[in-house]
Amino acid sequence: MTPQPAPAVEIRGVTKVFNPAGANEVLALDNIDLDVAAGDFVTLIGPSGCGKSTLLRLVAALVESTEGNVLVNGKTADQARLDRDYSMVFQRAGLFDWRNVSRNIELPLELMGWKAADRHRRSAEMLELVKLNEFADHHPSELSGGMAQRVAIARAMSFRPGLLLMDEPFGALDEMTREHMQNELLRIWAETETTVIFVTHSISEAVFLSTTVVVMSPRPGRIAAVVDNELDTRDDSARDTPQFFANVSAVRKVLRAGEPR
Amino acid sequence: MGLNRLRGSLRAVIVFSLFVVLLMAGYTGYKAFGQSVDDAQTDWAVIGSILPRTDDLTMPSVFEIISGIFAEPRGINEAFGSIVVREAAFTLREAAVGFAVGVIVGLSIAIVLSSSRLLERALVPHVIASQTIPLIAIAPIVVIWGRKNLDFLPWEWHDWMSVSLIATYLTFFPVAINGLRGLHSPSAEALELMDSYAARRGQTLWRLRLPASLPYLFSAFKIAATASVVGAIVGEISAGVTGGLGRRILLEAQRYTTGPERLYVAVLFAAALGIFVFLTISLVEYSLVRRKGTEAVL
Ligand SMILES: Nc1ncnc2c1ncn2[C@@H]1O[C@H](COP(=O)(O)OP(=O)(O)OP(=O)(O)O)[C@@H](O)[C@H]1O
Ligand SMILES: [Mg+2]
Repeated sequence: MTPQPAPAVEIRGVTKVFNPAGANEVLALDNIDLDVAAGDFVTLIGPSGCGKSTLLRLVAALVESTEGNVLVNGKTADQARLDRDYSMVFQRAGLFDWRNVSRNIELPLELMGWKAADRHRRSAEMLELVKLNEFADHHPSELSGGMAQRVAIARAMSFRPGLLLMDEPFGALDEMTREHMQNELLRIWAETETTVIFVTHSISEAVFLSTTVVVMSPRPGRIAAVVDNELDTRDDSARDTPQFFANVSAVRKVLRAGEPR
Repeated sequence: MGLNRLRGSLRAVIVFSLFVVLLMAGYTGYKAFGQSVDDAQTDWAVIGSILPRTDDLTMPSVFEIISGIFAEPRGINEAFGSIVVREAAFTLREAAVGFAVGVIVGLSIAIVLSSSRLLERALVPHVIASQTIPLIAIAPIVVIWGRKNLDFLPWEWHDWMSVSLIATYLTFFPVAINGLRGLHSPSAEALELMDSYAARRGQTLWRLRLPASLPYLFSAFKIAATASVVGAIVGEISAGVTGGLGRRILLEAQRYTTGPERLYVAVLFAAALGIFVFLTISLVEYSLVRRKGTEAVL
């Protein structure tokens, strides 16, 4: 038997309480266990307020767990943050509007002390990856929502982190742009072999994108089910296969139940 | 775009000139009304009972004021306007140094206060209270203190530098307050983004907080620049420093009856100086801050 590779993310017995002992005490996450293997595409889905963003931000070490621990690449989440093992993408692109597209993509590289020539080479590569070559010198205000989000993805991938954390990155886009962005993301995921944790409200988005769908239930936030999402093809044509529809109904059923089966 | 901008500036200049002409016409008209009351010895309904009457002493004619610019004061072989321009340059230097020091001090205060909520809450009231002390009270203190205690500096201390310090007292305030708002202006998401990249504090300051502050800072700079001129003029007067516009205004006020147009000229030049520094800042802003919405400021 070959030894299993270490998981990219291990979440063990994690509980998160906001404002503990205060008037606004919230049990956002209750005793969560989750493993994400390297190369997986995991989506977190569940009703609003069930703690998806909180779980993602725990992995990013932007909030601290009240109990339990989170390991990223075998390290504490905060060490992984300091080592730049991951990158985040938010619902809003959050580009700096005083920087043009290239310089937005280069932001993390600047923070890591890369030389200018290396930065420029990499940002050109990233623009190629997200197919925005002609827009290198444009300012964020001149981009459409979808283009801005592609720049945000290019920025996040610029230093080739092994793990990508995405919090409803396509939530603000229209249906057409959204499907296009999903195709692009799958292409980039396949090309770069990145591990992705992706938060969404959309069942079809979760089923189309991920290898694993994690269904969460609210108050307190718990994992209701982990659904393995087999798809024979992973491109635009998969959207119309019976397998896709079957998986969509499977996830919907678990979401409706709201409790472990 | 360049042409549009040029056209826009041209339009602004035309409107400004029209406004000056309008102002002169209004002034002349009021003067004529106010004077005719006096001449005819009849009380008009408005002027004379509600608005003050006028005469040549209180309101010299526009013509007199303009010729006052070119007239050579008795015993001096130089147009009055050229003397005042030299004095305005003296005051501008005081104001510019006061502005620069004020920007440095104000920004430093903003950066320090933005680093901790506790510091901010404890010290902002002090910063605000500092502005309630009248300049007239601190001016002589600063001048005497400067003469006595700043002789260790590598350069010689002049009284005009004390006036700059007085101007600084006015200029640091808007920079500190607006700067603080600007430094707090980035969204929680933008700050989390920097955290997720493990950015150091200084990096977040330099690459996020300060650039995000620029629109806030520039509106503070405009207030501070005009305040620095006011500070320099008031500083000169209350510290008894000679060579600048403040001194000139004081002098012409004292001998007003023998040449009212000279005081008018001095005050108009002071106003022009204020407009000049304001426009300079706007120009710098336009070339630096290329954001939507901040372009139409000038
Ligand atoms: N900083 C915070 N302080 C206090 N409570 C918080 C904080 N962040 C989240 N919460 C609470 O934790 C719970 C989970 O929030 P979270 O944002 O993780 O939900 P979510 O699943 O991402 O919701 P949505 O789908 O609407 O984005 C909510 O009840 C929320 O009110
Ligand atoms: Mg959320």
